[in-house]
Amino acid sequence: MASKKWIAMLLAGGQGSRLGELTSDLAKPAVPFGGKYRIIDFTLSNCTHSGIDTVGILTQYRPHILNSYIGNGRPWDFDRNNGGVSMLPPYQGKDGGEWYKGTANAVYQNFHFIDHNNPEYVLVISGDHIYKMDYNNMLEDHIEKGAHATIAVLEVPWGEANRFGIMNTNETDQIIEFDEKPKYPKSNLASMGVYIFNWKHLKKYLTEDEQDTSSSNDFGKDIIPKMLKDEAKLQAYRFKGYWKDVGTIESLWEAHMDLLEEPSNFKLGDPNWQIYAGNANHPPQYISEDADVTQSLVNEGCLVFGKVDHSVLSYNVQVGSGSIVQNSVIMPNVKIGNNVIVEKVIIGSGTVIEDGAVISDSKKGLILIGENQRVSSESALLKAL
Amino acid sequence: MRNVLGVINLVNERPMLKELTHHRCLASLPFGGRYRMIDFTMSNFMNVSVSKVAIFAKDKYRSLMDHLGSGKEWDLDHRSQGLFILPSIHPDEKIKGDLQQFYDHLEFFQRAIADTVIIAPGHHICKIDFNDVIKRHESNDADITVLYKDYDGKSVKRPIYHQCSLDKNGVVRDINFFTSPKKGDHICLETYVIKKQLLIDLIKICIEYDEYDFLKDIVKANLNNLKVQGYRFTGYMPFIHSLETYHASNMEFLNPEILRNFFYDSWEVFTKIKHEAPAEFANSSKVSNSLIANGCIIEGTVEDSIIFRGVKVKKGAVVKNSIIMQKGDIEEGAHIENVITDKQVVITKNQIITAMNKPIVVRKEVVF
Repeated sequence: MASKKWIAMLLAGGQGSRLGELTSDLAKPAVPFGGKYRIIDFTLSNCTHSGIDTVGILTQYRPHILNSYIGNGRPWDFDRNNGGVSMLPPYQGKDGGEWYKGTANAVYQNFHFIDHNNPEYVLVISGDHIYKMDYNNMLEDHIEKGAHATIAVLEVPWGEANRFGIMNTNETDQIIEFDEKPKYPKSNLASMGVYIFNWKHLKKYLTEDEQDTSSSNDFGKDIIPKMLKDEAKLQAYRFKGYWKDVGTIESLWEAHMDLLEEPSNFKLGDPNWQIYAGNANHPPQYISEDADVTQSLVNEGCLVFGKVDHSVLSYNVQVGSGSIVQNSVIMPNVKIGNNVIVEKVIIGSGTVIEDGAVISDSKKGLILIGENQRVSSESALLKAL
Repeated sequence: MRNVLGVINLVNERPMLKELTHHRCLASLPFGGRYRMIDFTMSNFMNVSVSKVAIFAKDKYRSLMDHLGSGKEWDLDHRSQGLFILPSIHPDEKIKGDLQQFYDHLEFFQRAIADTVIIAPGHHICKIDFNDVIKRHESNDADITVLYKDYDGKSVKRPIYHQCSLDKNGVVRDINFFTSPKKGDHICLETYVIKKQLLIDLIKICIEYDEYDFLKDIVKANLNNLKVQGYRFTGYMPFIHSLETYHASNMEFLNPEILRNFFYDSWEVFTKIKHEAPAEFANSSKVSNSLIANGCIIEGTVEDSIIFRGVKVKKGAVVKNSIIMQKGDIEEGAHIENVITDKQVVITKNQIITAMNKPIVVRKEVVF
């Protein structure tokens, strides 16, 4: 039987309800990011750069846009004869079928897919994080340490450690304890939701976890604690670099603002680590005579006649003359009319802001406007989230 | 549905753009911030659902092959149809004319599942609706339709364009080769529609009689035997035949009306996909009336200019009325005006280049 060294299973089924109206029609990994990407592009590009040739994408919530976006995986070099990208929604078998109950169950339900590829290692990642990571280094570490499982961790500020799944480790970075959002953290090593498992070992745990009716079938809550209880060798792999979970409106906005920092700790335009995206074709961006664009990212297809400062404009965004866009994230195909003020706002795709509208919170709070809305000067939204 | 075969004929390209076409064919010359000239014809073909495109290449077509790849961006990566680049099969001999190269690849025409052929050069910046051209070709019951445009550029002394004379029914009565164009002249766009079988028959006959030029030996020679219909193209199309006209026609794309007309109001113009990040405007950037493509990092001043993908304009640098092609690097304090820099040019720190009347070209990969 043919075998592979490793494959990736990418969890992309989450609804992302904390992204509010941005995910009313699409799954979280498909939410636009950084002017020309979707969130999932970052993990997919990591896979490409890490030389992984087989990726299973586990989908459940509103998969249509994601499906058509991924297609045959060509933008990420996954249109290959051997391997490539497979969309894996829940399915019916001989004995019926069911929705994915949790992250571990989602992988369990696709163990035929994994067995078919017969990998030695399985990389489990999720499609809602922004980071650039060569998973090879982690795999090397995993093999060298002879671990059953390796979990990528990031040192977070101690004050924020209570927001993450925290790994308590010994002096060789072996994980001895896992604390989900601990009130009093003993360590500041946060799980990045990036796991490498030995497939044979994991399969046994997934099968047992399935039998356990009290389990929530989740990697973080069930599989990892069970492995720790059994004294399996779980290793922490320390990742150094930028990583951001963009699961909330605030963090999504913050991640965009991080892109605009000078100098930035997370550059999109790194020639050695390009972020691949299912590019639509758009004309070059036009900046008019009276426009003023500073500290911003502007993608193709934009027509800018007004002032844009410290903001991200996605493709086909128009900013009319006399308008001011500041500290904002404007998603694709948004039309901003003339003499509009937009301050600290995320505007969803396809929304139209009519002439003269003022969208700004007096207390400088973040404002979200959903997709395909129409905002007139009368209906101007002034309240923050 | 009609089956249309697209032919892009580069055999008759003339070296009018000097340095810019020193190492590349005209069709692959960058244009409009992120395109190459051939993209416009390719996209016009796409709009009429051409399923097979042949590019008759003469020389200097490496960058063209790199740009077109498998034709995927123009939906031409098909199993049996798709994109074909057909160079001369006698590279050591001087080519006698486009018909010879057509004849050398006659099998390509014979095999194509198509009844109609469009032949066009690779450097026209325009949006021709070939659906309408073919419709008129058929309703006129024409054997050959010849596209022409009334000259609207500045008068030129050099004899550079072929001119059509038409009767009141729009039938082509004469063709004059290499005339000096002035306003209103019917300039032949070297773009034709013809039935495939007729084309094959005519090619064979010409080769038998040692005739090798499509316009002269197929079109002009048959004006009395065949119905050769004129089609006046009235859309926007700059006449590009010199560095000045190349520079000026790029600058015309800074007119929002032309921009909208080309890119927003009708079918798209496709080009090679690159995975460049969105353009980055630094806090110190001052950009006005310019096209700035993806992958650019702008820290300095850019006015009335076309900036291609991956260009860096550093702090304190000033770019005015210029065209900066891919991956150009304008270093701190440099000042350039009325300049065309080819790909990967570096203008070093505090360097000043200003051209008065004619744009100056800085050749590919030069560090100035």
